[in-house]
Parts: sequence; C-alpha cells; structure tokens
Amino acid sequence: MKHFVQDLWCKFRNNRKALFCGYILLFLALAVLPFLLSNTVGRTWVRILDFALIYAMLALGLNIVVGFAGLLDLGYIAFYAVGAYTWALLASPQFDLHLPFWAILPIGAGMAALFGVLLGAPTLRLRGDYLAIVTLGFGEIIRIFLNNLDHPVNVTNGPIGINKIDPISIGGADLTRTHELLGISFSGVHTYYYVLLALLFMTIVICVRLEKSRIGRAWLAIREDELAAQAMGINTRNVKLLAFALGAMFGGIAGGLFASLQGFVSPESFGLLESIMVLCMVVLGGMGHVYGVLLGAILLTVLPEILRSTASPIQRTLFGDVYIDPEALRMLLFGLALILVMLMRPTGLWPAPKRRTAADPDIAKD
Amino acid sequence: MDIFAQQILNGLVLGSVYALVALGYTMVYGILGLINFAHGEVVMIGAMTALAVVSTLLSVFPEMHPFLTILLAGLAAILVCMSLAFFIERLAYRPLRNAPRLAPLITAIGISILLQNIAMIIWGRKYKTVPQLFPTETFELFGASITSVQIFIILISAVLMSGLLVIVHFTKLGRAMRATSESQRVAGLMGINVNKIISVTFMIGAGLAAVAGILIAGNYSVVHYSMGFMLGLKAFTAAVLGGIGNLGGAVLGGLLLGLIESIGAGYIGDLTGGFLGSHYQDVFAFVVLIVVLVFRPTGLMGERVSERA
Repeated sequence: MKHFVQDLWCKFRNNRKALFCGYILLFLALAVLPFLLSNTVGRTWVRILDFALIYAMLALGLNIVVGFAGLLDLGYIAFYAVGAYTWALLASPQFDLHLPFWAILPIGAGMAALFGVLLGAPTLRLRGDYLAIVTLGFGEIIRIFLNNLDHPVNVTNGPIGINKIDPISIGGADLTRTHELLGISFSGVHTYYYVLLALLFMTIVICVRLEKSRIGRAWLAIREDELAAQAMGINTRNVKLLAFALGAMFGGIAGGLFASLQGFVSPESFGLLESIMVLCMVVLGGMGHVYGVLLGAILLTVLPEILRSTASPIQRTLFGDVYIDPEALRMLLFGLALILVMLMRPTGLWPAPKRRTAADPDIAKD
Repeated sequence: MDIFAQQILNGLVLGSVYALVALGYTMVYGILGLINFAHGEVVMIGAMTALAVVSTLLSVFPEMHPFLTILLAGLAAILVCMSLAFFIERLAYRPLRNAPRLAPLITAIGISILLQNIAMIIWGRKYKTVPQLFPTETFELFGASITSVQIFIILISAVLMSGLLVIVHFTKLGRAMRATSESQRVAGLMGINVNKIISVTFMIGAGLAAVAGILIAGNYSVVHYSMGFMLGLKAFTAAVLGGIGNLGGAVLGGLLLGLIESIGAGYIGDLTGGFLGSHYQDVFAFVVLIVVLVFRPTGLMGERVSERA
C-alpha cells in the first residue's frame, strides 16, 4: 500500500501536466476554503485558519534555525514578541504613532533580525543543550522586560498589554472592514486570510530556495558536523549568525501580523509554552522539511481548536454530563497526541527525504 | 548586614531544593543525553500526593504523631513518583532511544502537558494550602531568622545529596551507572543490564523529586498543579549552570542559582539605581547564566567535551 502511494506520487511528480493541474486545484481549493468554512462551521474557523497561517510562518522561521542549521532554540517566541511589539508601538495610540504597514513590516523584521544577532553572537561557542537553555533564558528575559517596562517610563504598558493596534490597510482600505468585490463580500477575516496566504507563500518560496542555496548547504553541513564544515572552509560564525537573523526575521514578521490581526498584544502570548509549541510544530511535522513543518503548524493550531469545540459535547453524549473540565481534557488529549505521533513516527509526520545513508549506526546516532 | 545574611539564608534554602531537582535532570542527562522536561511535573505530583495522604491521615487518624504522618506521606509520594518515572521512561523514552535527538524531547513535553492536566482534573485548579503539622519555631542565626522548616529542608537535602554521591561513587550500582553514561554499548558488553540501570536512574531522580516537592510544599505552604513547570525550568537551568551531566555541578549550580536569585531580588534595585525592581529577579538569574556560559561553555564543573575527531 505504502509503495503504491509512493509510486503514484512519483509518477505524479514527474508528469508536468498532472503537476500543473494539481497546482491549479490546490490554488482553487485554498481560494474557496474560507468561504466553505464560514458557510459550514462558522466564521470563527476562518479566524483560526488565519492564526494557523501565522503560526506556519513562525514555524518556518524556527525551522531555519532548528531544522536547517541544527541550533536548538527554546526561546524563539521572543522574536515573535519583538515583531508584535514593534508593530504595536508603531501603529497604536500608545505613542500615537500610526505608520503604514509597508513601513512597519521591514522595521519589525529588521528589529527581530537584530535581536536574533544579539542572541546569536554570545552563544556561538555553545553546543546542543547549552544553547537550548541560553535561548530559553533569552526568551524569558524578553518576556519579563515586556511585562515590567511600564515604569519608570511606560513603554509596553506592562502586563495589560497594548490595545487598539491598527489593522493592515492597503491603499486606504482597512482590512478589518467588509469589502465588496465582484459581488462577493469579503469580511475582515477573509481578506486577512488572502494577505496572510500570499505572505506565507512568499515565505515558503524563500525557505525552499534558501535550503537549496549555498547558504542552505552550509547550514546543513554545520548541522551534521560543525568541525567538518569548518574544515571545508565554511565561515561557521557568519553562517550561524545568518541562520539566527533570518529565522528571527520571519518570527518578527509573523509577530507583526499577529499583532495587527488580533488588534491587541500582551506579554502573556509570548511565554515559554508558546516557544515549545512552535518547536513541537517543527519537530512533529518533520524537522528540516519545509512542507512537513507547514503540516505540523497547521495541525497543531487546528487540532486544539477542534478538541476545544468537541470536548464537552462528546462527554455529554457519552456520559450524559460534563464530568471532566473540557479545557483540561483538551490539553490532555493534545499531550497524548504529541506522545503517540512521536512514538509512531520519530522523524516527524512528513520528514525530509533521506539523502545520506547512515552505514554506521554509531556515527548516525551522534 | 542583617538583610544580606537573610538573603543568603533564603538563597540556601531555595538553592538546596533546586539542587535536589537538578540532580534528577543531570543524572538522566548524563546517561541518555535527554532533557527530561517532565521532571518538574514529577515534583508537582510528589507534592500533591503527599498532601493528599496527609489530609487523609489527618481526617482518619487525627491523633497520629505528626512525624509519622509526614513520614508515611513522604513514602507514599516517593513510591508514586518512582513508579510514575518508571512508566514514563518505559513508555515514552525507551522506544525512542535511537530516534532523532529531538523526538524524546517532544514526548517529554507531551508527558509534561499530560501530567499537568491529569493533576488539574484530580486536584482542581485552585491553590491548595498545606496543613501545618509542626509548630513553626524561628531561630536567630547571624542576625537572620530561620524557621524550623527551613532548617529541615537544608538538612534533608544535604543528607540526600551526600547519599546520592556515595551511591554513585562507591557502590556497584553507581559504578554501573557511570559506566552506562560513558557508553551504553560497552557497558552492555561488560554484563551491565543497561535498561535496568536507566530505569533505576529515572527512579532515583524521581524519588529525589518527590522529596523536593514535599520540601517546597512545606516551605511555601501552598501547592498548585502548575508549580512544577517553573521549578523544573529553574532546576534545569541550575544543572546547566553547574555543567550538565555532573552531579557535583548540579548541587553547586542549584545552590548558586538559589543564592543569585534571592540576592538579586534583594539588591537589584540598588544596583541599577532603582531603575529595575525585584520583578527582574529572573532576568538577573538568566543573565548570570548566559555570562557564565559565554566564558565556560560547558558550565562551571562540566568536562570539556572534545570535539569529535
């Protein structure tokens, strides 16, 4: 069965016409998806889809650091936070700044990249889990600062967070309003969906191209064996810093979009648990594989929501009443799913196609 | 001077609990190279179990000697945590021993989420207060005040830590553990039952975690289903600070982190001219960690890992 599917997939990939048709179908499916969702299960699901797209972007950014370059980052959400707060400060009544989104997007991305280098520089010598704990500490430091920078000078508004963040507006058209186009009305979540989809598509193209580039191969070399990579003439310092900066940049962009979609940011959204969640998306989907990570991000955003909406009705039909706190049950099933998926597919749901053959198990394990 | 002595004392109390938990992290890491993210939750389960046993005993046998009550509760907690750790290792880590490095990390996170929510379902969302078994006495020491509970915490941790060091360095079991952490394959060839040693390591760590949970519960007088997460994080930080995989390092790192935190909380305002308040105590701890690791990339007592030739 598995071989049959693989054969079919190979034939499909090698047939240009079929591939072309497939892309067209995928494009159409993605285009009508929000309307399908809002007409069947409700508009909230389009919003959840929007968040899934943002998380996909975030996970792709982390994939550059963890998947490509093999640098375990447990504080990645900090860059998301930097992006979100940059957007929030530059486009909200907090300082009464209202810059347009095409100005904020590069500023947010640049700020996040700068923080990426700031984190990367002192940690260049660290390996494996030492790096993990320092990045974790970095993430906590950023969160604590966001939480407490409301005095003596009020910058972040402390734990309350920043409200009334401007939405994206293109050509004077506010994206949260409902717009009419060709007789179809697009509400805010719908237009956001298309904007996010376009940005995610760009991210995917950049990631895939990066992986195949000279830099991508350098990252791979460092991931597999840093010493050997150095011996091959790779400037490991610059290449590692580049991984941190680029990964952080995507995180920053995703953060900014999150702030504008939500209209509100607070330090609560940027805790360690969120960092771990993004890491789960990367590892569960298939570390280092762009499409796998995409799958992981979308699954892990949508699954908890499905569990949220089914946790109490299922109990009611099975036992006649809600016995277990639905929120706890939801997280319980979520944790269980993480464990089971990892046990059944240790390399992730959709791992990168294997390139090298590991002859010696000892070397492969190391 | 009084305040300084008090901060040092508080730091030592906090640090010895960190050290106990950090030992569990560092032992598992030394053998498997795995960050056991679920370890903090084991601490929480230990505290919760002990509390449940204590409240049951108090309601069924109100005349029982408090010392016996706490002893029974402790034994129950240790037993529960050890069996929990055994099953966690058996079900979530062992099948992934040859999997990519991050796979067991994800199952560990899954276990952590699972345990937290099971605890929430069983014991509820509220903070639970711990009944006072012993009358608390306060002593004066170098101008600082210390409660009997705090003395008890420092003593118990010191005894357990030295006990562990003796086991690891002077018994046959300890030798097998050290051999396994050097190389599982060669240890296996020497006739060591590697799987058993790994299980035992997990269980010893969990036993220490259970005691740490009880001590923490006794010190703060409240327990909560989410108490394990931050504690586990701090303990892991302590283990890394000392040099992960090194038992002495975990003890040193734990004590140091406790001291840094309490002194940081007390003096960070003065150091920064009042700009940063005591909210920044964790920032202080993490900055110290980063600075230490920048100059000693393998922690304070970690061995210099030679790069693979």
